[in-house]
Amino acid sequence: MKALFTAACLAVLLVGCNKSADKPAASGGSGAKADPGFGSGPAVAPGKMILHRGNGSEPSDLDPQIVTGVPEHMILMGLFEGLTDEDPKDLHPIPGVAERWEISPDLLTYTFFLRKNAKWSNGDAFTARDFFEAYKRMLEPTLAAQYAYMHHVVKNAQAYNEGKLKDFSQVGYKVIDDHTFQVTLIGPTPYFLSLVNHTSWMPVHLPTLAKHGKPYERGNKWTRPENFVGNGSFTLDQWKVNEVLTIKRNPHYWDAKTVKLDGLAFYPISSSETEERMFRANQLHVTETVPLSKIPGYRKNHPDLIRIEPYLSTYFYRINTTKPPLNDQRVRKALALAIDRASITENILKAGQIPAFNLTPPGTGGYTARGKFSGDLTEAKKILADAGFPDGKGFPPFELLYNTSESHRVIAEAIQQMWKKNLGIEAKLLNQEWKVYLDSQRQMNYQICRAGWTGDYVDPNTFLDMWLTGGGQNETGWSNKEYDRLIGEAARTGDAAARHELFQKAEIILMDELPIIPIYHYTRQHLISPKLKGWHPTLLDHHPYKHLWFE
Amino acid sequence: MARFLLIRLLQTLPVLWAVATLTFFMVRYAPGGPFTAEKSIPPEILKRLEAHYGLDKPLGVQYVNFLKSLVTGQQPSIRHSNRTVGEIIRESFPVSLELGAWALLIALAIGLPAGMLAAQKPNSAQDYVPMSAAMVGVCLPTFVLGPMVVLFFALKLGWFHTSGWNTPGDRVLPALTLGFHLAAYVARLTRGGMLEVMGQDFIRTARAKGASGLRILTRHALRGGLLPVVTFLGPAAAGLITGSFVIETVFNIPGLGKYFVGSVFDRDIPVVGGTVFFFSAIILFFNLLVDVAQAWLNPKVRLE
Repeated sequence: MKALFTAACLAVLLVGCNKSADKPAASGGSGAKADPGFGSGPAVAPGKMILHRGNGSEPSDLDPQIVTGVPEHMILMGLFEGLTDEDPKDLHPIPGVAERWEISPDLLTYTFFLRKNAKWSNGDAFTARDFFEAYKRMLEPTLAAQYAYMHHVVKNAQAYNEGKLKDFSQVGYKVIDDHTFQVTLIGPTPYFLSLVNHTSWMPVHLPTLAKHGKPYERGNKWTRPENFVGNGSFTLDQWKVNEVLTIKRNPHYWDAKTVKLDGLAFYPISSSETEERMFRANQLHVTETVPLSKIPGYRKNHPDLIRIEPYLSTYFYRINTTKPPLNDQRVRKALALAIDRASITENILKAGQIPAFNLTPPGTGGYTARGKFSGDLTEAKKILADAGFPDGKGFPPFELLYNTSESHRVIAEAIQQMWKKNLGIEAKLLNQEWKVYLDSQRQMNYQICRAGWTGDYVDPNTFLDMWLTGGGQNETGWSNKEYDRLIGEAARTGDAAARHELFQKAEIILMDELPIIPIYHYTRQHLISPKLKGWHPTLLDHHPYKHLWFE
Repeated sequence: MARFLLIRLLQTLPVLWAVATLTFFMVRYAPGGPFTAEKSIPPEILKRLEAHYGLDKPLGVQYVNFLKSLVTGQQPSIRHSNRTVGEIIRESFPVSLELGAWALLIALAIGLPAGMLAAQKPNSAQDYVPMSAAMVGVCLPTFVLGPMVVLFFALKLGWFHTSGWNTPGDRVLPALTLGFHLAAYVARLTRGGMLEVMGQDFIRTARAKGASGLRILTRHALRGGLLPVVTFLGPAAAGLITGSFVIETVFNIPGLGKYFVGSVFDRDIPVVGGTVFFFSAIILFFNLLVDVAQAWLNPKVRLE
């Protein structure tokens, strides 16, 4: 027994010494034991083309009108199809359940012509009535759908959602006939067709909902595998909570012949380290992310496995503009200028992130901001002196708040150093648990705090309308009349170029006033088996599953 | 004996009530709520959400409802919106129970013999080798040991999956990791307990009467020597079978530990209540078992 125990302990110690095997390089090319299929993922065979992917955390539900998270979105993309679908290469709207649509000359009325062969996964015919009923549910006050505001571009939708209007027939949804559905908007919304790709615009099968609970309330059991009915290219197969969720080919899908995969398996893996080990052991074809420490190794030794893709998301610091000295634009600008962003993206993050000098990520729906703040350190020092703090003298100490996380801490420390070295300003770091931090931010109980924003749809509006005076996501106390006017006007402008110009002007104001300090634009990192084909980099990290296949 | 059990069972009620009360007020007063999210929710939607989960009622009413829901387990989770607390525990507890049982078995199979061997010849190689190994085991947290065994047995040797809970083989690495860590404690406690007993008069008497070493160990010393281990194992076993957040994260296992920790981060009040309550009940039960076992092992302890 003793010998066994000693041997076991020795083995453990040996593994410890072997930690160099940790590097993907070593395990990939270390001679005899090298796995020839390193990174090839689980085996696939005809009839068993199952894509195994890491999916972050456990989905909270599969009801498209209730869920709000990215992991849920990744699954729902396979289970449901909206009026439009996403092009696999650049996500531009392509026909979905609607095979074509007409837009009225005033850009306010969209008429969708649904395909006649569209069906639910239980074989029921899909009609315009289904969209009508589903959208009614979405706006039903009793459902309290968090993303109901995505429908507020529709005539009277907000009033109905807030309970001020009782008569749903006045809301801008109309069933013309079984296969024609009409939506009337409150203003020209050039991104409307992209918007309807969002989960909140996916249809649900009301008869099924009524069978398994109260259709207009939460807690309905219709999303259990035995009850589920959807209309996507795949349908729910198994849902083992905290273990795996699998979806399988939907034989009733109108375009089933295009679908090449037989199914997908989504693993809720909260630890990126665990996920990377699973990938290395060929248990996954695609990972949700890559641990920070492994990125350089993969980039160097396995560039064929790691994919780094731009993402519609920006990392920035919010500034509480209501309290001195940060209510002074000059101080905010000095702080923004004194950050060496390239040093953060190249030395800390190392995954191709783009240093940000404005908020909206470049190329968002054809828009790349002109309004970038600029200036060098000399200027930063000068304007700080102008503001009454030469060399940071007399600058009151302040706190930089971030939610507890290794990478936020490292970035905050780097910026703390930069401010100290470049401006002579002392920032104290303060970390809080996620919800405590969110609460502090909401209550404006902070001076500067870390933040991030991911677009809901590919249009600059999703980044810029949040800074309207008193907006729910503003949380900086900043307010600018001209800015409000420009964003409001953009919402009423149909011409794409003129509208983008309004956003340009607005973002110039935002980057001059700097209630926020942009740091970098995110990228997404995945480890992907080379045998998976049809995966294109897209800004929302969506990869429509019906266009993926194995080789 | 029956009287003792009855009294002890009655004593658990105020303890459970105190735990439930503390849990409720702590999670209710923690900053941020179940619906606090990066994208803030419009106020009128938030109001309706709170109403749906009964969070708009006066705190006293909420508290009473909370206590009621602990008994029924029927309250829906907020984070996992189509599951009730009862379902969550029913689904995940068997996994944690199985993993914990294997780990306990490994801990005892390694820890007890190692500790006894060490106690037989204190301050010799027979003592130092297992005890140093045990020291390493005590110091090595499971979040370090876990990835290490995965790297060696799963990635290097390819014997097991790196994570998951599908095949029987998937039980091996997490059970080993948990078991090893615990075995280290068991070994050290066994050694201590055995050493103390081995130095006592009745052992000397047995030796003088010519009893063999093995007989002394099994017939005379073991019962007394294991007392510290038994005392330790009560709460430890309760902790093991209710899930380990670290092990479940490293090996991606669908156990109860994830809910225990995750529900607090999510401020998922019903699940926080349910898991804490469940965990306390199990701890109390195991402590009761320990008391009974101690009386059986040690004639000096009387239950009445």
